[in-house]
Amino acid sequence: MGLGAYLTLAAVLFAIGLFGVITRRNTIGILLGIELMLNAVNINLVAFARFNADVVGMIFTLFTISITVAEVALGLAITILVFRIRRTVVADHLDLLKG
Amino acid sequence: MTLEAITFWALGALLLASALMVVLTKNLFHSVLYLALSLTVTAGIFLALDAEFLAAVQLLLYAGGVVTIVVFAIVVTERLVGARITQTSRHIVTGLVVSGALLVAVLGFLRGVPLPVERPPLGVDVTRTIGQVLLTEFVLPFELLAVLLLVGLLGRLYFARPEE
Repeated sequence: MGLGAYLTLAAVLFAIGLFGVITRRNTIGILLGIELMLNAVNINLVAFARFNADVVGMIFTLFTISITVAEVALGLAITILVFRIRRTVVADHLDLLKG
Repeated sequence: MTLEAITFWALGALLLASALMVVLTKNLFHSVLYLALSLTVTAGIFLALDAEFLAAVQLLLYAGGVVTIVVFAIVVTERLVGARITQTSRHIVTGLVVSGALLVAVLGFLRGVPLPVERPPLGVDVTRTIGQVLLTEFVLPFELLAVLLLVGLLGRLYFARPEE
């Protein structure tokens, strides 16, 4: 399988994740969509690293994976905190910053 | 078909199917379980790309860590609200149009550029090289990552503190 096949797979995965981010109403559901999108980016990075025989791309993936995990944990902490205050996780109801 | 092609198609089909279930299923908990499946399959794709170390990291951090945290978040919020949180979708047409347009744009771009079909031989042990390069050339970003994780931990503790 060529590089194009892996990039196509990642593109479809990214589009599915984007669809999830747009359509989900639940904040946790939106976070899951973001996870899928980041996963697609990681596949791209590893595929490029392998087809260029360059390990640096894989190290970059290592960094993106770690940062994503920190981001998700923080995002969920914010979600739970918001839930404690507003009693909802539906993104449309979180309009505190609306002018 | 070669073994590599069969692996790619099987993993790709499973990955896309589980990803679709993540964004389409009504039950949020099932959604997380399908996310765990798709993250595990991604580790398989990393294996197919000769990145064994990244496959292990993916399984440990994503499939192990992230999924556990998300399940905790769902359990906590459902316990607080005292009822099952149903998960509805809105703006389905908008979502289809936007993500479809993005997909068409990316695929059109991919069609236009020449991409390598053959993998060049690696020649080195990937895991060993990752370790060596990470602690020599990339040691500063590596240490900054440790600081970032510490800051993230402090941020979570701040959010999770009991209310005065």
